[in-house]
Amino acid sequence: MSDVRQHADDIHDQFSDHIDVSVDDVEDRLTTLVDEYKVPIDEARRSVTNHYLEEAGLDREDLAGGSSEAAEIEDVDEPEQWIDITAKVIELWEPRSDSVAQVGLLGDPTGTIKFTKWAKSDLPALDEGGVYELRNVVTDEYEGRYSVKLNSTTVIEELDEELEVGDDTSEIEGALVDMQSGSGLIKRCPKDDCTRVLQNGRCNEHGEVEGEFDLRIKAVVDDGLDAHEVIFDKDATENLTGISLEEAKDMAMDALDTTVVADEIRDLVVGTYYRIEGPTFGRYVLADDVEELDGPVDAEQLLIKARSM
Amino acid sequence: MSQAELTREVARRVFASEFNDSTYTFKESDDERAPNYALLPTGDRANRVFAVGTLTETEDVGEDSEYWRGRVVDPTGTFFVYAGQYQPEAASVLRDTETPAYVSVVGKPRTYETEDGTVNVSVRPETISIVDEATRDRWVVETAERTLDRIEEFEAWQDDQEAPESGSTAPTNEYAQMARERYDSPVENYRRDVIEALENVEDVEATA
Repeated sequence: MSDVRQHADDIHDQFSDHIDVSVDDVEDRLTTLVDEYKVPIDEARRSVTNHYLEEAGLDREDLAGGSSEAAEIEDVDEPEQWIDITAKVIELWEPRSDSVAQVGLLGDPTGTIKFTKWAKSDLPALDEGGVYELRNVVTDEYEGRYSVKLNSTTVIEELDEELEVGDDTSEIEGALVDMQSGSGLIKRCPKDDCTRVLQNGRCNEHGEVEGEFDLRIKAVVDDGLDAHEVIFDKDATENLTGISLEEAKDMAMDALDTTVVADEIRDLVVGTYYRIEGPTFGRYVLADDVEELDGPVDAEQLLIKARSM
Repeated sequence: MSQAELTREVARRVFASEFNDSTYTFKESDDERAPNYALLPTGDRANRVFAVGTLTETEDVGEDSEYWRGRVVDPTGTFFVYAGQYQPEAASVLRDTETPAYVSVVGKPRTYETEDGTVNVSVRPETISIVDEATRDRWVVETAERTLDRIEEFEAWQDDQEAPESGSTAPTNEYAQMARERYDSPVENYRRDVIEALENVEDVEATA
């Protein structure tokens, strides 16, 4: 099906309940605008849609969904889909080009996604923290990451409600098979917004500094199929090991060596099964919620399967 | 450095009986730093394993320097774990642990050929930790599950080989093919080992 035909179909679907119009009529109107008058298809679509709105005596809001379907952010998995989303503007970024009016991050309970709003679409501004219903946005993909683009047919409606935004959380269950270097009692650069981990008292950015102590674990949790790198921050490390930052400092002081802390932690955690939940940052999972799996296991189901194979 | 070296190798779950049969080792590329894999008879490759069992005996078998051998027993057999001066932490666990004790071992498969031509498979440990019985039971069930999954895939592939005209959509299984070329023992043996291992955990539960 041609692009124009597809758009004609979409528009026809939107109006078929309201007025008597054929797909061919719609396509003719679109073709005239696109082929003869060199109007971009988005603009042509808007114009033809407006024409039928007027004919039917309708407002744009009266059109029920039409071609685009209500979707949740985690469901976005192919480009060029017309969808409606209800999302909160988590943050706005500085547009790098004059052709972009606004760019930033949207979130709904299922996840987050980047959005772009073109200057030429002439849409009202979105506010950071606002919750909106966005109808007729188009999905896009770049190097495996998805985004949505607002266009001139997009309908923006601000909602007076709060929306909880979900992380891209992972849940992993497996054995903690390794603790990596840089774990235990570490020192971080004290400069504002730096927090780099010091190597031999030096920060890569700020040189020799008086570091601030912190506790963390960089670990590998492995279920026999995949190896996941997991970071436990100070709170997660304290909860996991029962060793507080103050106690860790005392241990290091007594031994005149910070590595005793890592050694102690390694003995406690390596070889233990955990269920870990938390947001993903690049290749790392941040351990937000940790449960040690030390309860009884059920061998019976598997035994039935093994015997019947 | 190739992508393969940047990616951490997963620790396979395999019972001792299958591990000790994994006598064929190979590399995926000619690069001398390319990782070494042991070929599991149920059709997978293992550069690293995670095993949990009972440490029953330790012995310093070294001549000039300390070289510790530990026997780690699971319901199907014994893992032989060797740690010397290059694995100081693991060696010290073997030296200091009073047997018997439940331990978990993360390590790499190693093979060596004896004078009579038999190939022995052992574990060169990265870490050895003392664990509890719950962890051991969890490992047995997890390892049974992973092993059954491998057997299922192996058999699906095998059926497809025997009846290619049936148009089955079983995926190609590179390591199953390699295993059938290299090994004699049927995967059925490992299914029986899985049953034995699971019964062992069930019995313990029943008498507890």
